[in-house]
Amino acid sequence: MTANQDTRDPIGLDTEGFSGFRVELARDMPMKLDSGETIGPFTAAYTTYGKLNGPKSNAVLVCHALTGDQYVSETHPKTGKPGWWEKMVGPGKTIDTDRYFIICVNVLGGCMGSSGPSELDPVQNVPWGLNFPAITIGDMVRAQALLLDSLGIENLFCVIGGSMGAMQVLEWATKFPNRVFSAIPIAGAARHSAQNIAFHEVGRQAIVADPEWHEGNYIQKNTKPKGGLSVARMAAHITYMSETALHIKFGRRLQVGDAVSVGSDDNFQVQSYLRHQGSTFVERFDANSYLRLTRAMDYFDIAAEYEGILANAFEGTPVRFCLISFTSDWLFPTEESRDIVRALNAVTANVSFVEINTDKGHDAFLLDEPEFRLTVSGFLDGAAEHRGLI
Amino acid sequence: MSIKLKGDKNIIPTDELKRRDLQIISNMVVAGSRVLDIGCGNGALLDYLGRNKSVDGRGIELSQSGVNACVANGLSVIQGDADTDLEHYPQDAFDYVVLTRTIQATKNPLEVVKSLVRIGRHAVVSFENFGHWRLRLKTLLTGRMPVVGDDGHSWYDTSNIRVCTIRDFATMCDELGLRVQRALSLSRSGSIRELISTGVIANVFGEEAIFLLTRN
Repeated sequence: MTANQDTRDPIGLDTEGFSGFRVELARDMPMKLDSGETIGPFTAAYTTYGKLNGPKSNAVLVCHALTGDQYVSETHPKTGKPGWWEKMVGPGKTIDTDRYFIICVNVLGGCMGSSGPSELDPVQNVPWGLNFPAITIGDMVRAQALLLDSLGIENLFCVIGGSMGAMQVLEWATKFPNRVFSAIPIAGAARHSAQNIAFHEVGRQAIVADPEWHEGNYIQKNTKPKGGLSVARMAAHITYMSETALHIKFGRRLQVGDAVSVGSDDNFQVQSYLRHQGSTFVERFDANSYLRLTRAMDYFDIAAEYEGILANAFEGTPVRFCLISFTSDWLFPTEESRDIVRALNAVTANVSFVEINTDKGHDAFLLDEPEFRLTVSGFLDGAAEHRGLI
Repeated sequence: MSIKLKGDKNIIPTDELKRRDLQIISNMVVAGSRVLDIGCGNGALLDYLGRNKSVDGRGIELSQSGVNACVANGLSVIQGDADTDLEHYPQDAFDYVVLTRTIQATKNPLEVVKSLVRIGRHAVVSFENFGHWRLRLKTLLTGRMPVVGDDGHSWYDTSNIRVCTIRDFATMCDELGLRVQRALSLSRSGSIRELISTGVIANVFGEEAIFLLTRN
């Protein structure tokens, strides 16, 4: 059921200006999706850092967040900005590429090279658009598992990720417990809350209300729902920051002058900041992907398959867990992580849990938080010792 | 009369651990067992047991700095509270549940002790003895609340909110119908007394106590 057809050697170094790899998966047999549909063959775009060791025991899967991608620790090909976790992943860094083989896959339904709404439907030979099937976190993880199969990697030393990445980590730990040695879900939850679904709905409605969306067929019309996607991003961006962070960064500071100009619609610095966030986002992200991936997060609810009892999802788990939350994160508050910790305690799983004190909000996992890095490196060291990697 | 127990191999203090109660507890724990340390602080006991006795150890710690230090040191520790987080653990999840110098800081010591013996096949509790003669004398002479422990906190900022003596604790164990497998009192001079054979003496001369409990 797996495909070994790879466009290039996945593990060897290949640096002809092309960053990352693309592989076609599910060629022989389509992959079943949670929706009941199937997909296949499909493409997975991914990057790797470090070297896989002989026993293939040092693989770390990094799962990216909603608007992240596989460019973890290298210059982003579209934005030219550093990788989103360059502070964490690299030689001698917290996730040490001298010790671990790091893999990051653009999620199924994404828009950075993996099959998704903006890619060509190979059968129709037109962009998928909203004909791309509905995707769940479970589907993303099964796709990643197929990729690992194709790379000949049976076991992951660690699966780590924040936000939607944390959902994938939890999905890995519950669906493939025997392939995962340790798991680090950061700023995550076992299910998406009503409040978070509500915020997502605002973003989605902004996109579909944009006349340039064209019922999802904007690529054929050679346009983009920039306004709608930009508003979606702006609304979401507020949820990624804390009130304190916004206050410290902008307060009520004005763009020009020293008094509010009544009647102007462009007084405050925070306004131009948000607009900038929105306008740069639409250059790198696909609106239909945004619709598909936000829904995937909304569907997420681990306990649902276990009669609503979260602990049952972890029964007998051999996985070593380290949960991390941030004090000022109101999108995925600490209590969400604590619920998972309680469920893990109920089945006496091996679990660590740290709440990092920070005013940076949900985005803290992407920023420079020394205490956060110390937690991850300490946990990884402990796990590596038990795995015999050090 | 006091019985010196220094010859008892089970409780020979381990120099590697700074705190004397931890030295003794580390020797009560059987190698290879599962241990939950509630109020594990910086993780000294868990670290020692993991390295020297192949113990599968977990910890709960209230202070964020303690938890972070433990996890950064590779220990499996969660941020949590003895008063609220024990109900989530199943019965007999651990061979030993250890609660050192924490029971007097809990809001509901009775429920906490019940949880300890439910979660663990054994419970180990250490606490400072407010029945020690020096504290009794000081209160009598100065008319002020005793200040105990290394931190020397006053009544208004001590974390001990439910202070007790060795006899108080032993009485509570009786009332809960628990079996006291061992009860030791430690004095500053280094002598260790078995409460069962010394009774009142232990309560007067022991500065600290260690109880090993099981359900009956």
